[in-house]
Amino acid sequence: MRVRAQMSMLFHLDKCIGCHTCSVACKNLWTDRKGAEYMWWNNVETRPGTGYPTGWEDQEHYKGGWWRDDKGRVHLKIQNQPVGLARLFFNPNLPQLDDYYDPFTFRYQDLFDSPQGDQQPTAQPISMITGDEMEIESGPNWDDDLGGSGIYARNDPSLDGVDPDVRAQMEEIERVVFNYLPRICNHCLNPSCVAACPSGAIYKRAEDGVVLVHEDKCRAWRMCVSACPYKKVYYNWSTGKSEKCILCFPRMETGQAPACAHSCVGRIRYMGVLLYDADAIEEVVHAPDDELLQAQMDAILDPFDPKVIAEAKAAGIGDDWIDSAQNSPAWKFVKEWGLALPLHPEYRTAAMMFYIPPLSPVMSTIERNLVKLDLGTEEHDFELFHQLEKARLPLEYLANLFSVGDHEVIKKILRKMLAVRMYKRRQSVEGFVDGATMAALEAAGTHPDEVEAIYKMTTLPTMEERFVLPPYHREMAIEELNDPLAHKGAVGVGYIDPPRRGA
Amino acid sequence: MSGNEMLFVVFPYAAFALLVVVSIARWRLHQFTVSSMSSQLLESRRLFWGSIPFHWGLTLILVGHLAALIVPRSFELWNAVPLQLLLLEITGMALGLWALFGIVVLISRRIQVPRVRSVTTTMDAVVLGVILAQIVTGLLIAIGYRWGSFWGTAVFVPYVRSLLSFSPRPELVAALPVVLKLHVLSFFVFVAIFPFSRLVHIITLPLNYLTRPWQKVVRNAPEPYVYQPSADEFLTRR
Ligand code: SF4
Ligand code: SF4
Repeated sequence: MRVRAQMSMLFHLDKCIGCHTCSVACKNLWTDRKGAEYMWWNNVETRPGTGYPTGWEDQEHYKGGWWRDDKGRVHLKIQNQPVGLARLFFNPNLPQLDDYYDPFTFRYQDLFDSPQGDQQPTAQPISMITGDEMEIESGPNWDDDLGGSGIYARNDPSLDGVDPDVRAQMEEIERVVFNYLPRICNHCLNPSCVAACPSGAIYKRAEDGVVLVHEDKCRAWRMCVSACPYKKVYYNWSTGKSEKCILCFPRMETGQAPACAHSCVGRIRYMGVLLYDADAIEEVVHAPDDELLQAQMDAILDPFDPKVIAEAKAAGIGDDWIDSAQNSPAWKFVKEWGLALPLHPEYRTAAMMFYIPPLSPVMSTIERNLVKLDLGTEEHDFELFHQLEKARLPLEYLANLFSVGDHEVIKKILRKMLAVRMYKRRQSVEGFVDGATMAALEAAGTHPDEVEAIYKMTTLPTMEERFVLPPYHREMAIEELNDPLAHKGAVGVGYIDPPRRGA
Repeated sequence: MSGNEMLFVVFPYAAFALLVVVSIARWRLHQFTVSSMSSQLLESRRLFWGSIPFHWGLTLILVGHLAALIVPRSFELWNAVPLQLLLLEITGMALGLWALFGIVVLISRRIQVPRVRSVTTTMDAVVLGVILAQIVTGLLIAIGYRWGSFWGTAVFVPYVRSLLSFSPRPELVAALPVVLKLHVLSFFVFVAIFPFSRLVHIITLPLNYLTRPWQKVVRNAPEPYVYQPSADEFLTRR
């Protein structure tokens, strides 16, 4: 066992309101620069949909992640090493700018300069790359709230395997359903971006698991952009360097939550330490599809287990980090309560950001102009508890997103969430909890204490409970041992060049 | 000092001195600026038709030139058989034409595609111009002064070797036709602009990728947080 720590973010999808505050906070902080305008390290997409960049889940096209052959060996999907070198001059799987969108601004001066006329003047959109006038044809959230769903929602690859009847129903207007999926870099345990970088410019930090691109070492070979199955490495077309989400490590090192999480309006985001076994990664990566998810969950270690604590200490993880791991909301949701899953574990990168799948209402029909739930009256109270197949967001769909197609995993989570809801409703509306509800709790594998804890953490957590950030001990970092006088007059963390295009 | 000495002794030494000194300085002080500056994100289809012939054509031709310099004897032996000489010449010619096709596509792409044009610097234009001159003069020599791979070992190799051994003999190239001189000179210009342009990406060819483990984990802390490379790297090639 080799214990390492990972800062892990958790997204409670049931609570996301799709406001994009997170994306804008991130944009303002990190990517409001030339060459990075089109980058959304944090983006929020409406699902079903093709997301951003469009169709990012189509790994036959972009060749992201890893694949396992019949003999159980695992290969990088985009290349082996010699092929990687041979393709330095041209990467056939690179997404194009138009797969993201042409970043635009408006010529606001037009509002002042246009001659007097019958119409209001308008500001002409211009491309932020060429400065030329342009027609805006797409944007990072062009398919928000199912806008243009005929093009976007219908082409969502995770709908494959969903029953054609159900698909047809999802497209009918009165049954339409969608949810939001905020995404950042998953700071994977087996990152394919790192493996694909010919220069070795990308690395994972051992102390907190953040995956970073060393900007000085990046040579614009751009293999990482294709190789990341989540399309969370972006190529800065101006500086000629790849960039990615840094999990706001400068904020975390100073005790603040990442900007996207901190600003989250729906308070859907949680942040905490997960301890994991670095020796188990090899096994996770090689597990067959049906054991993949479980293998990844097993690699996350129990921070209360004395053996784990001893190993963690031996590996140099301080008491304060172990403490933090014990209080971590990520630990609670992912392992203790078993409510959260990684996004697309089948990419085999062992993604370390976790999602609680969303509940959705029942399929309904319209009768005499009234919306009628597709359930018998005696079941209304129990909503979908026994009939999750009737949920508007098909289990198959969620299973394709979060559990390599395994419905049972999703079902278990949704039932537990429903049990919490029913229990609290009975308790607060009717003042007592009846036997049927207790039976439902039992069927969902939970009990009143756990229900209260889940309820509290879901609805009423304080800032300190949502973001349990360990002290980073910057005072012990390597640069603190350098002679401070040697760095007198130096700029920041060692960069002396402004991030401009070189020659 | 004659003009000939200026161009074929002083200039090459100055160019190589620049290459070494500036490349090292740039690497150590401004590594952020060292990049191949790919523009594939902005335009891909024409890059395919340009970049691949350009890079592979030039790389293979460069290998040929270097081979002639390093093992001229073997070259001469190979070329002693007329059919083999013909084969070598045809291959060289084909590679040159391939590279020419590539650079023409690249230049037209730089001019015609607005997105690519907007990221083109003056230095990019200079680089393309110099390499175009290289390719064109090379092809003209191949056409006008046939069997270059045959006489080249007798004419150029001694000159280049004289430079390398610091006992320059510019008289060896003094009487050569203008195209040949241009070909040589444009190479020295290439060397001189190398460290100032995106050409530096050539020295960053990441051969290390062939042997390094897939994953890279780094600790930013001193003892006892030291990172143990051998123990920490999983997923080495099996
Ligand atoms: S999600 Fe992040 S860590 Fe994982 S492969 Fe993509 S860029 Fe790398
Ligand atoms: S800020 Fe929070 S609620 Fe709003 S879109 Fe982002 S994750 Fe969802």
